[in-house]
Amino acid sequence: MATYQEFIQQNEDRDGVRFSWNLWPSSRLEATRLVVPVSCLFTPLKERPDLPPVQYEPVLCSRANCKAVLNPLCQVDYRAKIWACNFCFQRNPFPPSYAGISDVNQPAELMPQFSTIEYVVQRGPPTPLIFLYVVDTCLEEEDLQALKESLQMSLSLLPPNALVGLITFGRMVQVHELSCEGISKSYVFRGTKELSSKQIQEMLGLTNSAASGHQGRPMAPQDPAVTCRFLQPVHKVDMNLTDLLGELQRDPWPVPQGKRPLRSTGIALSIAVGLLEGTFPNTGARVMMFTGGPPTQGPGMVVGDELKTPIRSWHDITKDNARHLKKATKYYEALANRAAVNGHSIDIYACALDQTGLLEMKCLSNLTGGHIAMGDSFNTSLFKQTFQRVFSKDYNGEFCMAFGGTLEVKTSRELKVSGAIGPCVSLNAKGPCISENEVGVGGTTQWKICSLSPSTTLAMYFEVVNQHNAPIPQGGRGAVQFVTQYQHSNTQKRIRVTTVARNWADAQSQIQHIESSFDQEASAVVMARLGVFRAESEEGPDVLRWLDRQLIRLCQKFGQFNKDDPTSFKLSESLSLYPQFMFHLRRSPFLQVFNNSPDECSYYRHHFVRQDLTQSLIMIQPILYSYSFHGPPEPVLLDSGSILPDRILLMDTFFQLVIYHGETIAQWRKAGYQEQPEYENFKHLLIAPLDDAQEILQNRFPMPRYIDTEHGGSQARFLLSKVNPSQTHNNLYSWGQETGAPILTDDVSLQVFMDHLKKLAVSSAA
Amino acid sequence: MSQQGYVATPPYSQAQPGMGGYPAGFGSTPAQPLYRHYGGPPQSFPAPPTGMMKPVSSPSGMPPPQVPSHYGSNGQQNGAHPQSYPAPPYGQPPQSPYHSMAHQGPPPAQQLTNQMGAMNLGYGPGPMQSPQVPPTSPPTQQPFQTAPPPAMGHSPLGPPPTGPHSSQMAPPQSPLAGPPMAGPQSMGGPPPMGGMGRPFPGPPPPGAGGFQQPGPGAAGPPGHPQQLQGQFGGQMAGPGMAGPGMAGPGMAGPFQGGAAQMAGPPQKKLDPDSIPSTTQVIEDDQAKRGGQVYTTNLRGQVPPLVTTDYTVQDQGNASPRFMRCTTYSFPCTADLAKQCQVPLATIIKPFATVPKNETPMYVVNHGETGPIRCNRCKAYMCPYMQFMDGGRRYQCGFCNCVNEVPPFYFQHLDHMGKRVDFYERPELSLGSYEFAATLDYCKNNKPASPPAYIFMIDVSYANIKSGLVRLVCDELKTLLDNLPREDGAESSMVKVGFVTYNKILHFYNVKSALAQPQMMVVSDTAEMFVPLLDGFLVNFQESRAVINNLLDQIPDMFADTNESETVFAPVIQAGVEALKAAECSGKLFIFHSSIPTAEAPGKLKNRDDKKLINTEKEKTLFQPQKAVYEQLSKDCVSQGCSVDLFLFPSQYVDIATMGDVATHTGGSIFKYSNFQVERDGQHFLSDLRKDVEKAIGFDAIMRVRTSTGFRATDFFGAIHMNNTTDVEMAAVDCDKAVTVEFKHDDTLSEETGALMQCALLYTTISGQRRLRIHNLSLNCSAQLSELYKSCETDALINFFTKSAYRAMLNQPLKTVRENLVNQAAHMLACYRKNCASPSAASQLILPDAMKVFPVYLNSLLKTGPLVGSAELSTDDRAHQRLSTTAMGVEDTQLLLYPRLIPLHNMDVASDVVPTPVRCSEERLTDAGMFLLENGCSLFLWLGQACPPELIQSIFNVPSLAHVPVDLRSLPELDNPQSKKLRSIVDSLLDQRPSSMKLLIVKQKDRSEIMFRQHLVEDKGLHGGASYMDFLCYVHREIRQVLT
Repeated sequence: MATYQEFIQQNEDRDGVRFSWNLWPSSRLEATRLVVPVSCLFTPLKERPDLPPVQYEPVLCSRANCKAVLNPLCQVDYRAKIWACNFCFQRNPFPPSYAGISDVNQPAELMPQFSTIEYVVQRGPPTPLIFLYVVDTCLEEEDLQALKESLQMSLSLLPPNALVGLITFGRMVQVHELSCEGISKSYVFRGTKELSSKQIQEMLGLTNSAASGHQGRPMAPQDPAVTCRFLQPVHKVDMNLTDLLGELQRDPWPVPQGKRPLRSTGIALSIAVGLLEGTFPNTGARVMMFTGGPPTQGPGMVVGDELKTPIRSWHDITKDNARHLKKATKYYEALANRAAVNGHSIDIYACALDQTGLLEMKCLSNLTGGHIAMGDSFNTSLFKQTFQRVFSKDYNGEFCMAFGGTLEVKTSRELKVSGAIGPCVSLNAKGPCISENEVGVGGTTQWKICSLSPSTTLAMYFEVVNQHNAPIPQGGRGAVQFVTQYQHSNTQKRIRVTTVARNWADAQSQIQHIESSFDQEASAVVMARLGVFRAESEEGPDVLRWLDRQLIRLCQKFGQFNKDDPTSFKLSESLSLYPQFMFHLRRSPFLQVFNNSPDECSYYRHHFVRQDLTQSLIMIQPILYSYSFHGPPEPVLLDSGSILPDRILLMDTFFQLVIYHGETIAQWRKAGYQEQPEYENFKHLLIAPLDDAQEILQNRFPMPRYIDTEHGGSQARFLLSKVNPSQTHNNLYSWGQETGAPILTDDVSLQVFMDHLKKLAVSSAA
Repeated sequence: MSQQGYVATPPYSQAQPGMGGYPAGFGSTPAQPLYRHYGGPPQSFPAPPTGMMKPVSSPSGMPPPQVPSHYGSNGQQNGAHPQSYPAPPYGQPPQSPYHSMAHQGPPPAQQLTNQMGAMNLGYGPGPMQSPQVPPTSPPTQQPFQTAPPPAMGHSPLGPPPTGPHSSQMAPPQSPLAGPPMAGPQSMGGPPPMGGMGRPFPGPPPPGAGGFQQPGPGAAGPPGHPQQLQGQFGGQMAGPGMAGPGMAGPGMAGPFQGGAAQMAGPPQKKLDPDSIPSTTQVIEDDQAKRGGQVYTTNLRGQVPPLVTTDYTVQDQGNASPRFMRCTTYSFPCTADLAKQCQVPLATIIKPFATVPKNETPMYVVNHGETGPIRCNRCKAYMCPYMQFMDGGRRYQCGFCNCVNEVPPFYFQHLDHMGKRVDFYERPELSLGSYEFAATLDYCKNNKPASPPAYIFMIDVSYANIKSGLVRLVCDELKTLLDNLPREDGAESSMVKVGFVTYNKILHFYNVKSALAQPQMMVVSDTAEMFVPLLDGFLVNFQESRAVINNLLDQIPDMFADTNESETVFAPVIQAGVEALKAAECSGKLFIFHSSIPTAEAPGKLKNRDDKKLINTEKEKTLFQPQKAVYEQLSKDCVSQGCSVDLFLFPSQYVDIATMGDVATHTGGSIFKYSNFQVERDGQHFLSDLRKDVEKAIGFDAIMRVRTSTGFRATDFFGAIHMNNTTDVEMAAVDCDKAVTVEFKHDDTLSEETGALMQCALLYTTISGQRRLRIHNLSLNCSAQLSELYKSCETDALINFFTKSAYRAMLNQPLKTVRENLVNQAAHMLACYRKNCASPSAASQLILPDAMKVFPVYLNSLLKTGPLVGSAELSTDDRAHQRLSTTAMGVEDTQLLLYPRLIPLHNMDVASDVVPTPVRCSEERLTDAGMFLLENGCSLFLWLGQACPPELIQSIFNVPSLAHVPVDLRSLPELDNPQSKKLRSIVDSLLDQRPSSMKLLIVKQKDRSEIMFRQHLVEDKGLHGGASYMDFLCYVHREIRQVLT
């Protein structure tokens, strides 16, 4: 048998699933004692170039509250043409089209290698993708110009039949009509007045036809693409739209001295949501909001227009001094939920030096699967490339985005689903496999994910409900089926079904097996997501304490030690890295607000709860590569000890990419040795990390902040704040001086952390 | 006005007797004295100048023969209707006895007094007319006097119908021209006033020429004299008798009859010609004062009639074009005022157009200090300030406060106590002038910006279908080149903006930098706002390309519309918001089709209910429907946003409500029912052109200050008042007038008189803030006869119209009508009681200055708003009511007594408009052709027996039957008749504030009804008495009062 490492890797590659435990404890009691819940990271649209979709409907279990999809785990009676559902054990006849099956003529879904399979189904007319640009015009001229160019460029990236729309806002909100000749038309809304979706549609003249259907004629479902003047196929209006964007002016209303421009972000979004709600409900659509500052008026305002009142800081929030915070958050949540119900996602591209209100607005993207990108200016490559990457294409030349996804989870009887954490909302679908114990977004078997990318990953939490006194027969397997329905970017409706199973194990007798089935990376991420989820609603220190307690309990459970003897503490290989992940997690911006504005935290957390395992791990514990003359580039410890004068370091924190030149290297570079032919090797050394960084930049979304710095440079702080402060001003002399760089911090180092952990784990008092 | 008339004629025709008769005639008022006086001259006629002079120098010297003859010699019966009379020979209306007496070459004003004095009243000559020329200006007067004589010479002819009136304009009569020319100069004689006096000399003597009717005169005389004789003779004979209408101080005659009627049938029918004739009064005044220079140097001087052509020279009192009073002599006490019930009011038209030959308004700029004002009452520096203490201080003529003269303004006084710089400073020597205002007078202490015109076009189905939208858009392309501009400015500073709407609004960005216009739709009509700032209001010249592009597109953009609902209040709101955003004042031109039923603020419902007519609730039809509009008016006024409403309704649109804002913001309401481009297009376009191009001031606030003892208490006009003193006007143009009523606070002194100062703070068309000051001084008298003598019927009726139209909002129409008649009866009874010489109670005696008041009043009672007939559309009534609110004296006069101009015997060679005849069916002749106009409507009436040659020459068709009635303009034919007629029509259209649609009416055609309701001397089509009946009625009322 392969090692668990290989098994895990294989499973991830095939199904996009990583479980925290790959053997499941067979009773509820045992499961709770494992500390880390049975859970998984699931990437619904994991790229599977090797998986051609099948062109027929899935076969469903006929039991009304099951409807599981036929899968390789089902028992099939080829002669009777009957299959037994492996979730509810219902025996189902095959549909007539399966008449020809036999054990040598199996449909794909019965083959073991198709534990993940994708169906293309015909449901209703294909609906085009919709992109609705919502553009802030209260920008500096230069920024606006850059943004306009980016937007114009993006038109060429859209699929030609996609529908586009444009809403601009400043003091007022303008919805632009795109199909007009000779004169450009727009509908204008006051930026301060909240309107219901119905009012918006009336004001946009979208209900006219309905109203005039008074002849008693039932309202014919008109092709919305024809009736909605605001959303038009790109290929028809790209010239118009390009011109329109070209003529876009800065918000003309004067901004008095000492005031912020009046920015009606809240209304603009509500109109965008209302417009789509009225015209294209349940159709894949992306609202892309570009803003250069905080909403300053109307519902959803985050800060007043007086410059002398700064935007809320963590300090204000903890002191309950953020006047608009609750109201605005509530407002945007309501909007987000409306959008989510209709399957529309909302992206926020916020570029400003100050905060823009992401804290309040984050739910728009978090609940609808939209992107958040944050930058200093629209006139930076960071924004430009991030935006461009939204439209990146996959190996088939199709957009790496999918819409209107619903994820349904089915479990075998012993297992129930507690919840999910990720860019999703609950669909409140009741079913037999819902756990009473809610974790994350729970109480449902279905979640809506309005927008998906191949990397979108949800953490799913399960509960073993099997009672201790009802043992599961040896060799029994628990199964989980993920059914993801979505609209592919080529407008096809697709259903991807992933069915996975794991063996049950008796925790008392097989604890070693269970321990070795522990996936510490996945566990670190699912626990981190739990922590982040909690941090949204709880005080930071409480979350840290909770995390610490979990870690200590886990160490107590699986560590080998003699009571009250910290030195005797040992962890098996499968758990060895876990504490270190936790150490870095505690220091990460996901849980630490120090040094990060509320907006930044929201931004970091947003990305953390949606990225796949690898990226998430990078976020928890950045990767550090070291380049030197001594050998090929090598990953080194994220430790201050790795900062050496003759090294170039490349650190990837997901959000930042830092190239750090050690003291000596920096001096050499300054002296220009790289220009001299005899030091060509030095030149190569300098180039090597740049090349590697480029490679990372190629694929990362959003674009990381790219930082090229050196010893003593101000930007070096990005590196210094991440590394384990094994050398600080406090212990500088006790550690010898030839290696590493001391960090000026009072944070505990990993060593101290581990020492404490050991002490607590072995303590009999705990 | 009143006095002049008939007096003159008699002298000529029959010197003595006539004279005798007259004076008594109508009112003992000033008029008589005039002719008395005049009467004198006639004899001495040969040497006119001297004659004239005489009276002047010794006004009281010539007691006129006192012959109280009675009016109404004919002894007509009440019952007699005009119709029953044989129609007088057509061309000769003036010949009626009445007329004959009436017309005459009016002598200069001064003379009047004497006569008066002599007359019944017997009061001293001097007071009112300032007969005795102030010592300083004798030279001035002289020239005048010289001028008239020639006129006199003609006057005999004068009365004849055609021509004389308009002749003033005719330059030909150079002989006359000469003297007048001289006149002005000499007037200016006193130290030359800067350039002020100059303008005069330049233009040909329009005024002066007035009299030269020599030509026509020649033709005229024949008929008249005899008539006169006849009449007068009779008159003379039996003074108290029914004889000559003119005779007695009153028109006793007819009424005797009336009275008799009650008792039993009277002797004879009353001759309609014997009752006071408006046309005659007009004609007489024109003859007497037309073409002259009216110098405003005297206190309480009664100006010529509004219908008369005269030239004003400002010498310390505002021109009557700006301010015209109901009486120029106020009673000294409140008791007297109450007793006579004559309203004390001034009609102020602050922006009245002044003829080219009059001096334009002077602008005084005191730099940063701003205008000099009395410390206590804040009155502005004016000729009524008395400098004292060697020029270091001055006493305010209004509140008597003594103020220091600011050092920069100090000037020495001459030996007369007059400042040495008197003639160099308009504010010291003129009645009207302007001050440049400082920042203190600006909103928020920020300099004002040029106003903006916003064109708001209803593009709902109705307007698209009628072709209106295309018409407006096409017109605007050229019209906008003619936006009003400051004198001498190269181009207009006025900005323009465009909005179209149905139940939502579309704003347009027409910034010059744009390649194509941008449309911005605002559907949120509940809370209107302006979606753009930059590019909405633009300079037309700069954005011409974009605007033309837009105007080209608008009709097509909405060509397929099927939206029939509209909003209205939000449209105005949008305009206000736009101006607010641009921080300027301005005007909205709204082209609207239908009652606003779409869901929005100010939504209206059809509440037209004919059943309410003649009930207590009828007034509700005229009350605006909603509070929304009230607030809107306030918003508009505070932003200086005027609203002009062009309505194109096909059914009821609730004008009472829709017009509310316009009538509170100095706007106008134009209505084109069932608009069709071919039929009404030109009419509408000329209205629009006039409206866009006319002179106007914005964001105005007016304050009328008075000397102690009385004050302004009530204001009527297209205005808004937040408190009791400040008259706020979003805009005020050259046709808008405010009627101000005064009440006594205290006793007025005859010595100081009654002074008033109207100060109007406004923004000019180029965005400058200015103060326009009009000063007027009136006499005060403890004698009511003085008051009656200096009454002004046209101003009175203006006041009555406005107050009645306002009262009808709160009172049943019946009450309003009764009150009107009651007050009139009281006024006249009071005169009879206090001023007229004793005579039989059965005699109707009217003050001369008010002798045609009854015909106006009767006409007023018959106007749509007051008549209460279910046959009239409620909207039309409301429209008429509202459009009257801002009318000046000229407009109400014309409205209530239309011009009926005979055309069939016009002198094609002359370029004068034929003399109008009385507005009565009797004056029509089957073989005639008449033009009738009242400022709103223009009819061409064709008699059944109209000569085919005339028809041919005018219409180019062989006979009457071929004349197309739907003709909207006269064909342009190259023959004298056609040319003449067209030039008459054009000149009429040119004079009126709004355009009139020409309607061709054939006698006995169905459409004649419309025409007939304007014959105000006849019985009203929808109810209302004939003039004759009304006179009887009034007489009865008077007698009741007297008993």
